[in-house]
Amino acid sequence: MRELTDRALNLAKVKGATYADMRIVRRDIRSITVKNGEVASLESYTTAGFGVRVVVDGAWGFASSARLEPREVDRITALAVQIAKASALFKLEPVNLGEPVAHVGTYHTPVKVDPFSVPLEKTLELLLAADGAMRAVKGIVVAESSAAFIREQKTFANSEGAYIEQEIVETGGGLEALAVGNGDVQQRSYPNSFGRHQGTAGYELLEAMDLVGSAPRVAEEAVKLLTAPVCPSGVTTIILDATQLALQVHESCGHPIELDRVMGTEAAYAGTSFLTLDKLGTFRYGSPIVNITADATIPGGLGTFGYDDEGVEAQRTPIVREGIFVGYLTSRETAAKLGQRSNGTMRADGWNRIPIIRMTNINLEPGEWEFDDLIADTDDGIYMEMNKSWSIDDKRLNFQFGTEVAYQIKNGKLGQLYKNATYTGITPQFWAGCDAICNRNHWNVWGTPNCGKGQPPQTAHVGHGTAPARFRNVQVGVMKG
Amino acid sequence: MLGEKAFRKLADQVLAKSKADQTEVLLQAGDSALTRFANSYIHQNVAESDAAVRLRVVIGQRTGVATTNDLSAEGLERALETAMIVASLQPESPSLPPMPGPQAVPQAVAFSEATANASPELRARAAGVFCTLAREKGLTAAGAFRTSLWEMGVANSLGHFVHSVGTVADVNTVIMSEDSSGYAEAAAVDVRHLDVEALAAEAVGKALRSRNPRPLPAGEYPVVLEHYATADIVTIMGYLAFSALAVQEGRSFMAGKFGQLIMSPSVSIWDDGLDPSGLPLPFDFEGVPKKRVDFIKDGVAISVVHDSATALKEGVQSTGHSLPMPNPQGPFPLNMFMAGGTTSAEGLIAGLDKGLLVTRFHYTVPVHPAKAVVTGMTRDGTFWVEKGEIAYPVKNLRFTESYLDAFNRVEAVGRETQLLVSRFEIGGVRVPAVRLAGFRFTGTTEF
Repeated sequence: MRELTDRALNLAKVKGATYADMRIVRRDIRSITVKNGEVASLESYTTAGFGVRVVVDGAWGFASSARLEPREVDRITALAVQIAKASALFKLEPVNLGEPVAHVGTYHTPVKVDPFSVPLEKTLELLLAADGAMRAVKGIVVAESSAAFIREQKTFANSEGAYIEQEIVETGGGLEALAVGNGDVQQRSYPNSFGRHQGTAGYELLEAMDLVGSAPRVAEEAVKLLTAPVCPSGVTTIILDATQLALQVHESCGHPIELDRVMGTEAAYAGTSFLTLDKLGTFRYGSPIVNITADATIPGGLGTFGYDDEGVEAQRTPIVREGIFVGYLTSRETAAKLGQRSNGTMRADGWNRIPIIRMTNINLEPGEWEFDDLIADTDDGIYMEMNKSWSIDDKRLNFQFGTEVAYQIKNGKLGQLYKNATYTGITPQFWAGCDAICNRNHWNVWGTPNCGKGQPPQTAHVGHGTAPARFRNVQVGVMKG
Repeated sequence: MLGEKAFRKLADQVLAKSKADQTEVLLQAGDSALTRFANSYIHQNVAESDAAVRLRVVIGQRTGVATTNDLSAEGLERALETAMIVASLQPESPSLPPMPGPQAVPQAVAFSEATANASPELRARAAGVFCTLAREKGLTAAGAFRTSLWEMGVANSLGHFVHSVGTVADVNTVIMSEDSSGYAEAAAVDVRHLDVEALAAEAVGKALRSRNPRPLPAGEYPVVLEHYATADIVTIMGYLAFSALAVQEGRSFMAGKFGQLIMSPSVSIWDDGLDPSGLPLPFDFEGVPKKRVDFIKDGVAISVVHDSATALKEGVQSTGHSLPMPNPQGPFPLNMFMAGGTTSAEGLIAGLDKGLLVTRFHYTVPVHPAKAVVTGMTRDGTFWVEKGEIAYPVKNLRFTESYLDAFNRVEAVGRETQLLVSRFEIGGVRVPAVRLAGFRFTGTTEF
């Protein structure tokens, strides 16, 4: 690989680049979906290629190709330079990347069992058994079980001397049961919604999920929801389970702390952010018990790696400390504008995309409560579990989430099951109402393998460490029924 | 770009080597470039070139699939071997449809030399139009201008062979002031048909008119939805309800309603992959030619799209709407249209006594899919209208509304339709603006 990266970087320099980097990426994916007793898809997917990113005349250019051969490397490098020169026609100030980054190193996701070494039959057997257990429950119309294994091998080199090789391995899996009846359609998922939970880990993660053992409960709950009453509306106390809270953190904290959004460079698609530069270090984001960190170093997190795609080492960064907003997710270019050094969050969705600021593992740090004590301490409210729908405005203030299930909390006990529960709020007001967070016994890093951002679109794999937490004075319910 | 000749050679090579009962080679390739601007300068500028083949083999009733973008003889052989291994490990599928046999596929007018040859300088100059006009007006411009060349081919061991090449050019922009924003977007097969000056003027005008927005309480209001918002409704309906699989699984609002009036009589929605006023795609991912499918005609539920699996289940023909097979998602409409009406753009607003003009929706997601209940925000220009005229801009609102119910309240349909790239990034949607008697807004935000 060195020969090809040297070739690109040297050619870029000859053609006038003041900075250049090259990434060579190969991604292998194996995905299996079993639906209603049949293998709905079982795919092996391999994509490989390279991308060259340059700064010429103070402006960015990027080009990429699937054909990793010397002549194509030359063509793509020249194209990247041509594109950068076109960018320079409409630039304001030259790109400033701050201090050079020249790390030389390697990183491999630690795995106990390489998921690609496990016979496919074993996974099929597991998914078919889980599928059968869901369909054994009367009222289930669609049962779906799935697993996914990803291995990404990438080489990064830049004109400042960095040369990094990484291998990231991911494993994911999950269940979905859809019940139809009583004029209604309801779903339950496990262990996370939207198909699967995922982490940087080996096959051991899938085995630990106990999909087969959990399948009957998942299916039974979907059927029970068909006849459950609609969650009542009103302003009340809510307790969110860890999976729903993971998405709450993702949408209302993870995205607004992306410094590219804050600086307006994502305005045309995803939007901007209410966490403007004047708020750094002073703005009360949440109650004093709210502590949020960005941590790319946690073992097993879906946003865990060794180096980002600018060659910056993985880091743990405080974002909200005792309720006060104290940090952004940054790149070399955006950090330099604040006189800071990048905290290593630039990641690209494969060889044919540029790195952009992405969440790593954005974690709500654990509190002190046992879950049972938290319920017992709540006189009146709603417990909500697992995301069903999500939406938030383009500055990340007004949000609305729906959950698959909800339970009434009355006099410290869980009671009536409710369906179609939703809650809505304004981000800092909502987090100001957080008065209890469960402890590390209930804390887990949940994977979100479908975070969309950028033009052309990119999908990132990110994580969120969360434990159940309580929020006061929340508007619940906006639906008619 | 591989080209038809090279694809045929590649496919012949794979089909000759395959020992499966049936083998399919699906080619997806393209060269795409996108120039992105924000804060009124170009900050990202990218290009990509890729070609991948997806090999599907069927042994008895077992299917195996492998995809690779290594198109060398060794790469293809490895992928074929993987697909065969995957197939051999699977249980028998009792409901596996056969691959399509040889059949004629009509050609669609989907290619433009100007788009295929668009240069970085052409894209930069287009971005510059938005940046320059915004700066002149004291505003900032953000957006993206993209030109793409796509190539798709399907060859199978039953002798079916199809290949097509097309282009898409699309642009979107958000123009902002301190307290307002405006939007414009367009798509075309031919890049020369994108009128960037007009789009820049539209977004700049909207950003200027929406300054100093006033708060408006949540509630049900009559609305005029510009075509950007209509596109969201039509596309989400396509995703939730206009697929045969959604009907078969009982999660579509079309289920049990065929032949019945389920929307206002002024609403007609269909899919047509051959219509040159869209972004044509002549065949689906199995190589089956696209047929026009009417979903809603004068408000009546008519039909849904099929792939070979849903068609086999009902004993009908595929309509040419498969995604790469097999898949758990089912068939999908990628070339949607909604019929224009008789009312001018001004007439839609003139007919509103009191209500809202909404430019577009943001972050819309189904809350209750079977009832097409969706939540989302307004964005980039929301206005209060009184006595048929825009009175003042308002702060953005959240809505939670059944799109099906909303299309039962259509009072008027705009005469002009506009073409946009689908939110799913493949295919297009051509729609008009509409006026609805009511739309349910359930929340407010701070800007």
